[in-house]
This record gives sequence, C-alpha cells and structure tokens, in this order.
Amino acid sequence: MADIWLGLSQAFWLVITFDAELMEITLRSLMVSLSALVIASAIALPLAALLAVRRFRWRRWVIAILNALMGLPPVVVGLIVYVVLSRSGPLGVLGLLFTPTAMVIAQVIIIVPLIASVAHQALRDLWSEYHDLLISMHVTQGQKVATLLWDARRALLTASLAGFGRAIGEVGAIMIVGGNIDNVTRVLTTAIALETGKGEFALALGLGFVLIGLAIAVNLSIHALSRTEVEARW
Amino acid sequence: MSHLLPLTVQGAETTHRGKRLVGPIDLTIEGAGATVIVGPNGSGKTTLLRLLHGAARLTHGEIAWNCPMDEAQLHQAFVFQRPVMLRRTVLENLIYPLKVRGTSKREARKSAVAWAAKIGLSDMIDRSALVLSGGEQQKLALARALITAPKVLFLDEPCAALDGRATREVEVILQAAKQNGTRLILSTHDMGQARRLADEMLFMLGGKIHEFGPADTFFEAAQTASARAFLKGDIVE
Ligand SMILES: Nc1ncnc2c1ncn2[C@@H]1O[C@H](COP(=O)(O)OP(=O)(O)OP(=O)(O)O)[C@@H](O)[C@H]1O
Ligand SMILES: [Mg+2]
Repeated sequence: MADIWLGLSQAFWLVITFDAELMEITLRSLMVSLSALVIASAIALPLAALLAVRRFRWRRWVIAILNALMGLPPVVVGLIVYVVLSRSGPLGVLGLLFTPTAMVIAQVIIIVPLIASVAHQALRDLWSEYHDLLISMHVTQGQKVATLLWDARRALLTASLAGFGRAIGEVGAIMIVGGNIDNVTRVLTTAIALETGKGEFALALGLGFVLIGLAIAVNLSIHALSRTEVEARW
Repeated sequence: MSHLLPLTVQGAETTHRGKRLVGPIDLTIEGAGATVIVGPNGSGKTTLLRLLHGAARLTHGEIAWNCPMDEAQLHQAFVFQRPVMLRRTVLENLIYPLKVRGTSKREARKSAVAWAAKIGLSDMIDRSALVLSGGEQQKLALARALITAPKVLFLDEPCAALDGRATREVEVILQAAKQNGTRLILSTHDMGQARRLADEMLFMLGGKIHEFGPADTFFEAAQTASARAFLKGDIVE
C-alpha cells in the first residue's frame, strides 16, 4: 500500500515539475502509438468494410485469420519484426532496427487485426441493415464502403481507440525492436519495465499512473474532437 | 414518356434452396398508371416485386426492359415493406440518392428541403431518421425513392404502418407521381387503396399470378373463383 501512495506522489511530482525525461518518454510513447493508430486504422477500416460487402472466395479465411491474429502474442510479433529488420534480415538495409519507426511497425502489426475484427463486426451489422436499400439504389462498390464507414463512424472510433489502448500499453514487442535505448526508443512501458527490474517500484508506479492518465486523456480528447457524445442520435 | 417499358417477363422464377418462391411468371407491364398486386400473406407479392426490380435472384426465365439493364436500373426505385433508414438526419436521407448520382450539393439540398415539406417533415429535417415514428419513416422512404424522379417505382405495402390521414397523404403523393409519368407497381392488403390507385390489378396466390387485368374488370367481374372469394374477404389458400 505504501508503494502505491509513494507511486502516486512520485507521479504527481514528476508531472507538476514537468520532469524533462518524463516529458520526453511520454511524448515518444504518444508519437509512436498515435502513428501506429493512424496507419493501422487506414489499413484496417477499409479492409473491414471490404470484408463486409464483398463476397470473395477467401473471405471466411481472412476473417478467421484476423480473429486468430487478434490474440497474437506481442513478443512473437516483436521477434518477427526484429528478424526482418535486423542487419542480415530482408529489410536490414533500411537500418530501422532500434528506431521508433520499428516500434511503429510492430504496433501496427499488433493492432490491425484487433481494429479490423471489431470494425468488421459493426460494419457487417450495418451492411445487413443497408443491404437491400443500397443494392436497390445501385451504388458503386466505393460508395457502399464510404457509406458504411461514415455511418458506422462511432463504432469505428471505438474500434480504433481499443487498438490505441493496446498499442500504448504494449511492452513486449517494442522492447525487442526498439531496445529501450535512453533518449532514442525509451517509452513509458519500457521505462516501467526497466525501473521495476531495478527495484524502483515507486518510480515505476509513478510512470504507470502517467500512462493510465495519458490513455484516458487521449480517449477523451478524440471523443471530444469528433463530438460523438454530443451529437449522439438526434 | 418512359422508354423503360414495356417490361416483359417470361417464365421467371426465383428459388431458394431448391424451393420455388414465385413463378413461373409471365407478364407484360406497359403504358402509364399503377399496377396493384394483391394476395394473401406469403403469396409472393414481395418476392415478385423484388424479382421485377432485380433484387431477387432470377433462377429461371427472363426479365427484359425496353432498354439495357444498367440503364433500366438507374431509373427505378423501391420502397420496402419495412423502411430502411440510413443512420443520418432526415435531410441527409433525402440527399443521399441524389448524391450517389453526382447531383451538386446545392441542388440536392434544395430538392431535399422541398420533398421534406411535401411529406410534412419540414420541422424535423435535422433530426436523425432513426427517431422518426414508423409512419414518418415510411413517408421519408417514399420521398427518398421519388426524389430521383424514377420512371418505375416499386412499393411494397407502402401504407401498412400508416393511419388514415397519413395513408391519404401518401396516396396524394403517389397520384401526383403517376401524373408525372412514374409507373407504379405496388402491393397492398388495403382493398380500398387498391380501388383508389389501381389501373391494373394483379392477384397472386401460391407464388403464381392468378389473375391479371384492368382494375375495373377485376373488381366488377373477377374471372377466377379464388379472386372473387378474396375480394369478398374470404380466406383464400
Ligand atoms: N429469402 C427467403 N428465403 C426463404 N423463403 C423466402 C424468402 N423470401 C420469401 N420467402 C418465402 O416466399 C414466400 C413468399 O413470400 P413473400 O414475402 O413474397 O410474400 P408476400 O405475399 O409479400 O406476403 P406478405 O403479405 O406477408 O408480405 C413465403 O412463403 C416466404 O416465406
Ligand atoms: Mg410482403
């Protein structure tokens, strides 16, 4: 219990004194996970819409694989990305290993299946509602997808934010591909792991509270930006 | 006038899992006016409408418009038995079919506002279509179908959820559409409505056309015993 209070007060002090190092790793956490969120959404949402409206031969397989990949252990993703990006790997020449870019790549791979699966559920339900009407109106495939994405935007936002939550809280993969290098690839979660390893529980807890606060702040501001709670249904 | 018609249907059938839902249907629809489809529940009215519209799978036979298929589809609209509302405002629901056709934003909006007034929803244009009453939704679906000035309009029991006054409003709109050259093909359970709107009557029974002809002949002197019984209000099976 004492540790928790100490952690809270540590977090408090770190935040109100604008601790330089904390600011840096918090900002990096935010940049990496927001980038991953944007890229993953750009891939996952159109994919989910296509899966909802198109009947192609491998559709069931793609959906099953997506659902299975949702539970993919991040460490395994990290390991694979590591091997691919390592100097002797196929993309080794790019020199991306141990950079924030490598961390973004790993997070994208981790959250695309999650966002796509959740989005697909919502879009499939909406499509079954709209099917007859849109078929009757003879809209093009592109218009179908655009209509579904727009009218399901609230559910899609929730899907994306779930992905963001998973990305920003993830540690296994980015530890491997980022390396937790001070000033380069250290982010909140890897710092927490490091401090815990060193026995600095209070500091680790402090960082943990900052992480939680950050996740809540991002969720609230994205909801506020899209005014989804206000416009609700009428 | 409408270059879509005549619509010629020959031996058309639609089957589902090996079971024939309607057919074989032989039918020619031409000229102006309204064809009203009547028949007991499950007789295949909805399926026939969908089949003619191209929304049900044609598993046998032929359906031909007097023009290429894709052009014919562009000039048709369908109002469903259960109205499908886009999760948008009333105005956006009305704008949608114009938008997918590439009408300019300003024009689409103008026309949507005018149609909202025609169906008495002017006060609600910024409300979500999902919170409208069943009757209001049905009127909105009708306006959304008519806003593109289709040459052929299919309606599946357009007044099933409406009270007397709303039914009359809808019929006024339908009569006006008819005057403007829209060919109506609709189903109904309301014999009064059939008498008021129909130029042609089509009586369905067991997935087949049992009787098809001018409305006055049908109501005065139906050819088949089952049609006469149906008109009297007897239960026909
Ligand atoms: N998609 C479908 N799959 C299986 N059976 C169907 C399907 N669509 C319609 N049917 C069946 O086809 C028959 C005709 O149905 P349809 O909906 O055309 O009747 P209807 O005349 O419109 O009836 P109602 O007056 O109740 O609206 C019914 O027995 C129905 O159960
Ligand atoms: Mg029906």
